[in-house]
Amino acid sequence: MSRVFKPKVVTANALIEGDAVWLTASGTWTRDMRRAELIKDEAQAAIRLQVGEAQHDQIVGVYLVEAKAGPEGPEPVHFREEFRTRGPSNYPHGKQVETTKVGA
Amino acid sequence: MYVYNDFDKDFLRARNAQFRAQVERRIDGSLTEEEFRPLRLMNGLYLQLHAYMLRVAIPYGTLNPDQMRQLAMIADKYDKGYGHFTTRQNIQYNWPLLSDVPDILDVLGEVGLHAIQTSGNTIRNVTADHFAGAAADEIEDPRPVAELLRQWSTDHPEFQFLPRKFKFAITGSPNDRAVTRAHDIGLRMVRNAAGEPGFEVIVGGGLGRTPMIGQIIRDFLPKADLLPYCEAIVATYNLLGRRDNKYKARIKITVFENGMDKFKELVDARFAVLRPKFTGIDQSILAGIEAQFAPPELRSVTLEAYTAHLAASPAFRSWCDTNLAAHKADGYAIVSVSIKKHGDTPGDATADQMRVLADLAERYGHGELRISHEQNVILPHVAKSDLPAVYAALKTADLATANIGLISDMIVCPGMDYCALATARSVPIAQEIATRFDELKVEHDIGPLKLKISGCINACGHHHVGHIGILGLDRAGVENYQVTLGGDHTETAEIGKRAGKGFSAEEIVPAIERLVLGYLGLRSAPDETFLEAYRRLGPDPFKALLYPEVEQINAA
Repeated sequence: MSRVFKPKVVTANALIEGDAVWLTASGTWTRDMRRAELIKDEAQAAIRLQVGEAQHDQIVGVYLVEAKAGPEGPEPVHFREEFRTRGPSNYPHGKQVETTKVGA
Repeated sequence: MYVYNDFDKDFLRARNAQFRAQVERRIDGSLTEEEFRPLRLMNGLYLQLHAYMLRVAIPYGTLNPDQMRQLAMIADKYDKGYGHFTTRQNIQYNWPLLSDVPDILDVLGEVGLHAIQTSGNTIRNVTADHFAGAAADEIEDPRPVAELLRQWSTDHPEFQFLPRKFKFAITGSPNDRAVTRAHDIGLRMVRNAAGEPGFEVIVGGGLGRTPMIGQIIRDFLPKADLLPYCEAIVATYNLLGRRDNKYKARIKITVFENGMDKFKELVDARFAVLRPKFTGIDQSILAGIEAQFAPPELRSVTLEAYTAHLAASPAFRSWCDTNLAAHKADGYAIVSVSIKKHGDTPGDATADQMRVLADLAERYGHGELRISHEQNVILPHVAKSDLPAVYAALKTADLATANIGLISDMIVCPGMDYCALATARSVPIAQEIATRFDELKVEHDIGPLKLKISGCINACGHHHVGHIGILGLDRAGVENYQVTLGGDHTETAEIGKRAGKGFSAEEIVPAIERLVLGYLGLRSAPDETFLEAYRRLGPDPFKALLYPEVEQINAA
């Protein structure tokens, strides 16, 4: 029985700030998950992960994680990944208050 | 307090310069993350969910005012204006930039602080009774020994790659406020038949995935044997501990799998080899350290103003009732400053609050501050006549919450708001519980109650030893909270037992409310604590409070 591949994004943290970032279709990193590339094919996911990992001078901790298509772009599936798009719940810190710089 | 000598200063400067070069090589791409990770961990730098986190050691929880001010300066200059005091008496900064960390370490070094061995498979910060040197029940101040252990374990060449991390806790009092039975090595000062002070040595305790209460390996160890004996334990573990499975690598598993008899035999054999090599230099170093921990010169105190203020101000009286502990000297008190204001993040202090605490310690507290493993700040030596002024200053700084030892004085790990290992959030649950019980105005009536929350099985929030423990888990992609009951962190330590199925984030606060308000109806008298009632009645009536629907089914 073949396993159904669930769509994924490549994500990591920025090397200097540690802020969550996602890989775009053009191979750059964005701090806005909605600008990420949603990968729908398993073989492609493995290739894109390698593209991400190769950029170790910009990012840290690269991994593939499940995502779903939303009206403005990829959205998180798991609550952990949702927190990464937002920041902590006890203070207005992190992405929820910072201007999103695309491609940074 | 111990003051760094030239050797300490040179060591720290060299170490910081080394790490600065490593950070530079990471940023310019010469080092991969795989290469850099163990180097940054050796220096206390973690990568969390939203940013890096720097964990700074506060040796045995003791700070002087200048150190506290420097921690405040770092919070302002390099972070977001606050720091998080942890359950191992450290401080964590949640937002440092990688490129700033070498500068942060340099300014820490200026006041004799560092982040070395706050991570990695090494001997971590030695924690101690936060009332050390002040407590009325104390045999001796354990901090000189803790400092000796710090010097011995820091950069110890044999113990830089242990099978897993290794934690010491030490107390000089028979009443254990340092959770010694839940540490890899716990040291509890006791007296022998001749009245001489020594240590009860406990080994193999720990919480986490496989919680275990430590076992006594030596019921009385003379003080002079402490370092060779500890070295024998760690050396035995270093060889015997498992390296094939990180979940079975802590010393508690080593002792459990080999049995205490075999483990003790190996330790004793190693001790026999090591003891003659300790020719007394450790004891002369200890004597030098002890001189630096000379007790403060206390004055004779008149109590009229204090008693008058107690009578005049109910708020002051309430704060004194909960936040003071008995000092060994007449006319003095140990002040616990609550870093648990209802609704705020447990353990978080702003830079301004840190400066207020530093000023108070300087003006009224003989220049001493302590961080407790319960995530509060202690002023250990305050004359009772100064308490009205201290209270007034704390109130202005929003630090006068009167809840020490009560339900809202929770230990709470950072959980999934920050931690990359967490499986659920802890902080919002703690905020909601504290806010709810404050609204109900019942926490003083409830009395002493230890509620502890961890956001994952690693148990940084000590949930296993909470009278009530809450463990946050991920159940099929949803946050879920398990409740344990009957835990105890003191000298009568016990691991709490799981009450039943977990609760959703929406259900957990009402469940805790049912449990705790229900206890008020179960206790035999107003002074029977939650834990005492639980021990008398057993878990069933408490489970019935948590799961009323099960009761209804059983009754039908």
